Amino acid sequence: MARGLLLMLLPFAAAMAAAGEVASRTPQPVIERATKGAQCVADPAVMRRSHMDFLKHQRDDTVHGGIRGAKFSLKACIECHASKQTASVAQAETNFCISCHSYAAVKIDCFECHTPRKAARVAEVAQ
Amino acid sequence: MSEPEANTRRGFMGVAAAGLAGVMLAPGIRLIDIAQAETPQGGAKSTVRWGMLIDTTKCQPGCTDCVTACKTENGLTGGTRPTDPQWIRKIEIKEIKTGRTASVPVMCQHCADPPCVDVCPTGASFKRADGIVLVDRHSCIGCRYCVMACPYKARSFVHEDVTDQQPDVPRGKGCVEGCTMCVHRIDAGNKTTACAEACAKAGHDAIVFGDLNDPSSEISRRVREVSSRQLRADLKLDPGVRYQGL
Amino acid sequence: MRTPSQDRNFWLAAALGALITGVGLAAAHFMELHGHVVTGMTNHVVWGLPHVFAIFMIVAASGVLNVASVGSVFGESAYKPHAPLSALLCIALLAGGLMVLMLDLGRPDRVIVAATHYNFKSVFAWNVFLYSGMVAVVVVYLWTMFERRFNEHSGKAGLAAFIWRIVLTSGTGSIFGFLVARQAYQSALLAPLFIALSLAWGTAVFIGVRAVLSSRGGPESPALQRRLGRLLGIFTAASLYLVAMFHITNLYFARQGAFEAFILLGQGGGGVFALLFWAGYVLLGSVVPLVLLFHPRLGRKGCTLAASALVVLGAFAWLFVFIIGGQAFPLEIFPGFTATSSFADGAVAQYVPSLPELLLGVGGLGAAFLLTTIGLRLFDFLPADAAAPEGSH
Repeated sequence: MARGLLLMLLPFAAAMAAAGEVASRTPQPVIERATKGAQCVADPAVMRRSHMDFLKHQRDDTVHGGIRGAKFSLKACIECHASKQTASVAQAETNFCISCHSYAAVKIDCFECHTPRKAARVAEVAQ
Repeated sequence: MSEPEANTRRGFMGVAAAGLAGVMLAPGIRLIDIAQAETPQGGAKSTVRWGMLIDTTKCQPGCTDCVTACKTENGLTGGTRPTDPQWIRKIEIKEIKTGRTASVPVMCQHCADPPCVDVCPTGASFKRADGIVLVDRHSCIGCRYCVMACPYKARSFVHEDVTDQQPDVPRGKGCVEGCTMCVHRIDAGNKTTACAEACAKAGHDAIVFGDLNDPSSEISRRVREVSSRQLRADLKLDPGVRYQGL
Repeated sequence: MRTPSQDRNFWLAAALGALITGVGLAAAHFMELHGHVVTGMTNHVVWGLPHVFAIFMIVAASGVLNVASVGSVFGESAYKPHAPLSALLCIALLAGGLMVLMLDLGRPDRVIVAATHYNFKSVFAWNVFLYSGMVAVVVVYLWTMFERRFNEHSGKAGLAAFIWRIVLTSGTGSIFGFLVARQAYQSALLAPLFIALSLAWGTAVFIGVRAVLSSRGGPESPALQRRLGRLLGIFTAASLYLVAMFHITNLYFARQGAFEAFILLGQGGGGVFALLFWAGYVLLGSVVPLVLLFHPRLGRKGCTLAASALVVLGAFAWLFVFIIGGQAFPLEIFPGFTATSSFADGAVAQYVPSLPELLLGVGGLGAAFLLTTIGLRLFDFLPADAAAPEGSH
């Protein structure tokens, strides 16, 4: 009987696995894909869970140790993830950081100090 | 249990434990590999002490090339309202008794014994291994005690929202900031600060930046040859910025 | 039992306190949202009116506990019944002062960072422990007073609170005393000066609060009021003495001459500070109260209350001169030279207090008032004199 129930669930599980990103009744965040590179510096699942810890550790190395351009450099994140339209990760609602953070309702204050714009774009603006 | 059986079980446990440890450690080893493969730049070393020598005889009153360069490099507004941050400014001085005048660029003096570092409650104001005194804006709570403590008024408080920051110079409202000796350039391998570079480009050559601990650097040669002094040397803070011609 | 009019008075007072506190919080929110550009503070005067209010409250908090200390530590039994009120006022004033200080930070959202990252060379970092620890020590002290079986320990708790107070107030004075950069500070005398000021201001606050409570039906004790009045006079005289020694010593140092002329004579743009110092602190805040308290023809109850109010007024005047005058006077980066620049070097800094700063400071007073009102309602802080209704106000 129990085995029968389990067997009935199998096709559903298979369908979900096949769908990849699950389209269910809850709305999903609309995240723009990165514009550069084939893959991130780490697995998306790992990044989703731990990017804040990586950044927090990295920032001490940069500020206190003077090490720049290491694996989890924020500037490097922005280089790949900045939107094609806005050249920013935080300007429009679909831009990379804001889309997920507004979906998860987790307020970040990184961009009160760090510019969310790609370096080339900032040079344009400065001129 | 007879001996051979116990040995077999122990042996199995040993192999299993080693295998488990290997499986658990392997991803970590892989991560470390990747981190090292990146070769990040920079890294402050305590064998270095960055400093500046400013020849005030080459400074003209009214010349603000260093101020403008700092503003462009660091994304400052360049405003001079009392609430606008100024990382470097030109001070026109006149000796009261003799009437002799001089024009002096003053910025954070990057003291070896900085009072701003002593008073910061969170340790956000700190001295790096290579002598550069910085504000870690991740820890700064904006109490302004360091502004009270600095004898050179080197620190500014950011009084309003900041936009269009330079990518290498994050700065924002509510924190305190000051001259960083262009630490982002130094870490990237650039040999000089924006102000020194601009002054040299304009042909004044008043500012020399370099490693005070390296006896063969230009700044070390110059301070051995010419008479230079520190501002408020009586306070014994041992600033890294020296002035010639005062 | 409480009468309806007492109930009504409580709710009115609580509403008033909540309103004032609320306005203060709104002002703080306004400052945080737009940045300190909306205040009168600048890069040259970074600590303004909120700090005047906050430091008054923190120093007075330490001093108001002295009434309890005189009872528990120095054995004056007449003061013992008044110790609980003194302890309540200490906690209320500390809370109000800390509220103003924390809300005035550039990043008040980072108070957690302040509570978890410490640079132990900084007196500010020590103050985080000293101030919060003070509340804990006073709570324990109150507990020994309220819980009958712990009454025997109230002497030890009182001693702990007394020592903690001395350390805390020395720390507050040393915030300024340790600053070698500014001519207004850089002195070891500031720590004992702040202790003397705390005793004066705290006693003045206690006299004032008791007067208000008695007028609304609380217990009266004219004998205690007289003794407190004499204490106030002694502490005011001690403060005046230390302030005088500070300035007299400065006058002997040629390098401090310009600063002293600025503060004492108003030379070089220091007019408002000289006026506040002499008229506000010395005359109204010290000499007149001393006359009111010690002149044989005076010394009545009304005079004690008037003296207390004047001492508090003098406190604000002195703090304004000390905190803001100390920053307005230019730093001497080039001794022997005059200086001008785009960053107000060599120039006296201008400071005009703004409305948000005033509202935040007053909001802190409101928070202290609210906490006192609620505390009096909840517990028996007042001595149970005959025919005196408890928990009134």
